[in-house]
Amino acid sequence: MTNLANWKGGLAALALLSLSGCGINNIPTYDEAVKGAWSQVLNQYQRRADLVPNLVAVVKGYAAHEKDTLTAVTEARAKVGQMQIPKDILTNPAAFKTFQTHQGELSSTLSRLMVVSEQYPNLKADQNFLSLQSQLEGTENRIAVARKDYIESVQRYNTEIRTFPGRIWRAIMYSDAEVKENFTVAESAKEAPKVKF
Amino acid sequence: MLGWGLWASTLALAAPPQFPALSGRVVDQAKILTAPVQQQLTLRLAQLEQANGAQVVVVTLASLEGYEIADYGYQLGRHWGIGEKGKNNGALLIVAPQERAVRIEVGYGLEGALTDAYTRAIIETHIVPAFKQGDFPRGILAGVEALSQAISSPEDFARAHPKAASKEQGRGSLLLVLLIVVVVVLRIVSGELTGRGGWGGGFGGGGWGGGTSGGGGFSGGGGSFGGGGASGRW
Repeated sequence: MTNLANWKGGLAALALLSLSGCGINNIPTYDEAVKGAWSQVLNQYQRRADLVPNLVAVVKGYAAHEKDTLTAVTEARAKVGQMQIPKDILTNPAAFKTFQTHQGELSSTLSRLMVVSEQYPNLKADQNFLSLQSQLEGTENRIAVARKDYIESVQRYNTEIRTFPGRIWRAIMYSDAEVKENFTVAESAKEAPKVKF
Repeated sequence: MLGWGLWASTLALAAPPQFPALSGRVVDQAKILTAPVQQQLTLRLAQLEQANGAQVVVVTLASLEGYEIADYGYQLGRHWGIGEKGKNNGALLIVAPQERAVRIEVGYGLEGALTDAYTRAIIETHIVPAFKQGDFPRGILAGVEALSQAISSPEDFARAHPKAASKEQGRGSLLLVLLIVVVVVLRIVSGELTGRGGWGGGFGGGGWGGGTSGGGGFSGGGGSFGGGGASGRW
């Protein structure tokens, strides 16, 4: 009897092993990877948003009459801060698009601010400004990496649930697995890599 | 099944750059360092790893292949897997003479010691002045020394660079680092469960090399990078 039980247990283990070999765990695994990548995207955007008030304050000290640019940054920052991020944002095209638009606005107003700053030698010599500038550069770079990681993880996830055999597993076991939203590639990223001669 | 997975992952990874092989703590593809300088650097970096666990690699590149140095850098760090797995305490000093670009690429786990402002200060005060005079060895030696100091005795380094230390990061940065660590650990775990040992192409190079010292048999420990650090030009 115990022999039979052992044999049955062994068979069950074998069946489980062979199942995991054909990708039964892929959908939840890739789903977790997407969530991890997304939280990193949010982290880095938050990090940028946290830098903005200090940056605006420093620039104001030297370039107060660049009012339009400073106001545009502050407003874009406010929009990002007020944005309610719904729980289903990754499967909600409208919310995802809003998120992307607001962050994109902050990106472009910030880059305009940095271009404007170039015209103020005293500002460029301020150590506080230089420190914030390097943090902003680093954060923009981290955002780019986090977005790229997110894009890759969503591609993998979406491919899995739409192709064989992931499609079958989805139909049988993970019917709540929905196609996730992805970033549209920004214009600047499209033309990379640039070849210099 | 593996075929499908591979197909999906190659789909996701649009043509990464051709990375040089990780031949030691100093990879001089651009041929700008003499053997004694390489030895000196290797010794210093081995000491750092022994004392602190942090893995730092110096790499000079013949070409960036059209990539921005920041884009190239984090991918190279992941490809080699510099730093210990889970701790991600690796950093790269990347020099691309042809593009006149230099970058310090910082792994997730070292972002607290090597902040963006610090790495920028290291590049601007220790590396670029020597590079401007065409003296690569001096710039790289000084850069490595400053990096080692910032990693192993952050207080001394902050005293020596008070300007870069002003208003750095502020509150919440520790929490952020912790969050990042958690996310990375989750990624690693999920990567291992799939049996591919990788997530989106990260954690690529080498096995467990955390404790190796000296040039021979050096390998990355599986650390990952998220784009921290700073770049400069000369």
